[in-house]
Amino acid sequence: MERDKHFILGIFDDEDILLNAVKEIRDTGIRIHEVFSPYPVHGLDEELGYKRSRLPIAAFLFGVLGTTLALTMQFYMMKIDWTIIIGGKDFAAFPDFIPVTFELTVLLAAFGMVGVFMISSNLKPWAQPRIFDLRSTDDKHVMAIDIATNASVDLEKIKDALKSSGATEVNSKSFD
Amino acid sequence: MQVTSPVRDPLVTGGKTYKDVTNDIARHVEGKPTVGWLLGLAVSLGALLIGSLALVATLWEGIGMWGLNKTVGWAWDITNFVWWVGIGHAGTLISAVLLLFRQKWRTSINRAAEAMTIFAVICAALFPLIHMGRPWVGAIWALPLPNTYGSLWVNFNSPLLWDVFAISTYFSVSLVFWYIGLIPDFATIRDRATGMRKTIYGALSFGWDGAAKTWMHYESVSLILAGLATPLVLSVHTIVSFDFATSVIPGWHTTIFPPYFVAGAIFSGFAMVLTLMIVTRKVFKLEDYITIGHIELMNIVIIITGSIVGIAYITEFFMAWYSGVAAEQYAFVNRMFGPYWWAYWSMMTCNVISPQLFWFKKIRTSIVATFILSLVVNIGMWFERFVIIVTSLHRDYLPSSWVMFYPTITDVGVYLFTFGFFFTAFLLFAKFFPVINMAEVKAVLKSSSEKKIN
Repeated sequence: MERDKHFILGIFDDEDILLNAVKEIRDTGIRIHEVFSPYPVHGLDEELGYKRSRLPIAAFLFGVLGTTLALTMQFYMMKIDWTIIIGGKDFAAFPDFIPVTFELTVLLAAFGMVGVFMISSNLKPWAQPRIFDLRSTDDKHVMAIDIATNASVDLEKIKDALKSSGATEVNSKSFD
Repeated sequence: MQVTSPVRDPLVTGGKTYKDVTNDIARHVEGKPTVGWLLGLAVSLGALLIGSLALVATLWEGIGMWGLNKTVGWAWDITNFVWWVGIGHAGTLISAVLLLFRQKWRTSINRAAEAMTIFAVICAALFPLIHMGRPWVGAIWALPLPNTYGSLWVNFNSPLLWDVFAISTYFSVSLVFWYIGLIPDFATIRDRATGMRKTIYGALSFGWDGAAKTWMHYESVSLILAGLATPLVLSVHTIVSFDFATSVIPGWHTTIFPPYFVAGAIFSGFAMVLTLMIVTRKVFKLEDYITIGHIELMNIVIIITGSIVGIAYITEFFMAWYSGVAAEQYAFVNRMFGPYWWAYWSMMTCNVISPQLFWFKKIRTSIVATFILSLVVNIGMWFERFVIIVTSLHRDYLPSSWVMFYPTITDVGVYLFTFGFFFTAFLLFAKFFPVINMAEVKAVLKSSSEKKIN
């Protein structure tokens, strides 16, 4: 059977039951493809074994870039390229450059991080998401288990594991 | 059976389930517009159209259409600018600062407050933009672009230029923050819709699927954006206050301005949030989400910031006297008893005295009283800026230049235009976008609401 095509879905009503179920199912050796929720469930990423998001690092690096660009631009324009005496101040009036530097740091950090987030999470207006169950953006948590990656586990065993861990429904879903 | 947390009052009342949250909020996006909404839109569009005449007159004839004169070179335009920027601050405060402080009550009001921020900042930005006279060539004057003057760059020592960077960064970061929050809710609407609506909300939702991994990144992005927006919002009004504080005009030349302006901004912003939310919860029947508890908490923020503003007024006076500078002392006595005494006393009554009424629990939990006082605060905060700007300028260095400022019909019209724009945009937002953050409300539903357990 092909990977990433045929799934068993467990539908959960409650976030605490879901968290418990993720733990139980992973303990039995079944690999979970992904869990879809209508809202962020705290601790779910840890239970699923995801590594912490590295987006804050991206934000920091873009912020450093913003600081550097802003200071370089201001020193170049005011001190090197075209000097003008303004109120008798030093051409490189460093304290005066802080506000613009701060703003550009924030601007680049925010846009850089969001850009990386959009690209890495494949968020774009023309994206066609695979929806496992329409209720996963409404009131249900949907746990998807790829049948092919769990080929060694009996199908019935997966369904039983889902049911016994608190899934209110167990369905199957295939994509072309 | 009802289970309520013994320690805290519930944030969402009425025993709502997750399904109810989706239905209650998505219903307005999907249903036909109500009569009240259409009436509101008609009035706002009317104001927008009438106001646009004044805007066109300003652009066609020039700044001479305004009541400015040689002595009072800044008046309604910058008063309105500071007023609108200040209003915008509440949105960021609610969504970013309260997120960092883990205040869960923000979830019901942050979406609308952020929308308000964005529209208010657009209204604010209009004034400096049109005050340039020829805004279509203004980009060259305001941005560090290569040019044929030398290259003569923009002046990085000027707070007016810092403002260009501060306001545009604030606007774009707020817009991104707001939109990121909207994506999961657009997906909810997409998954309930068919046909054309599904296509539109599908595109707006950026292909969101609610995967745990995406949520993890999303939460991380929200937290960092909140961390960035918090100093940003403080910097914006600080820099706005530098426009005045770095000058040598008596009454402006004071170091107290940055904190004083930031407190004032939050004060007026919360008042505007209350004005809008009290109407919105009524029109869209969202009383279970925006509860009296929310209104009371916002009123407490108003007492605190209003009192800070009051202390700032008194400190200014003390410093004017204590400094021993005659010009400074005259400026403040002139505010109180000069020709603009009425503006000064309106400001004092609206900003310092009226919010103190919120110390009474009966008043701060009364919707009618809150609504009236929220309007009073906004009027007071407009007068504050008017007092600072016009009364300081109208007594110039030479008594022969002392004049009064009289607004023209064009001044009033441009201000009306911003109101028309603001309310039109807010009404369109309230109809076509989910007015409450569904995903965030659902996330706090289990821990802090009256729950039905079967």
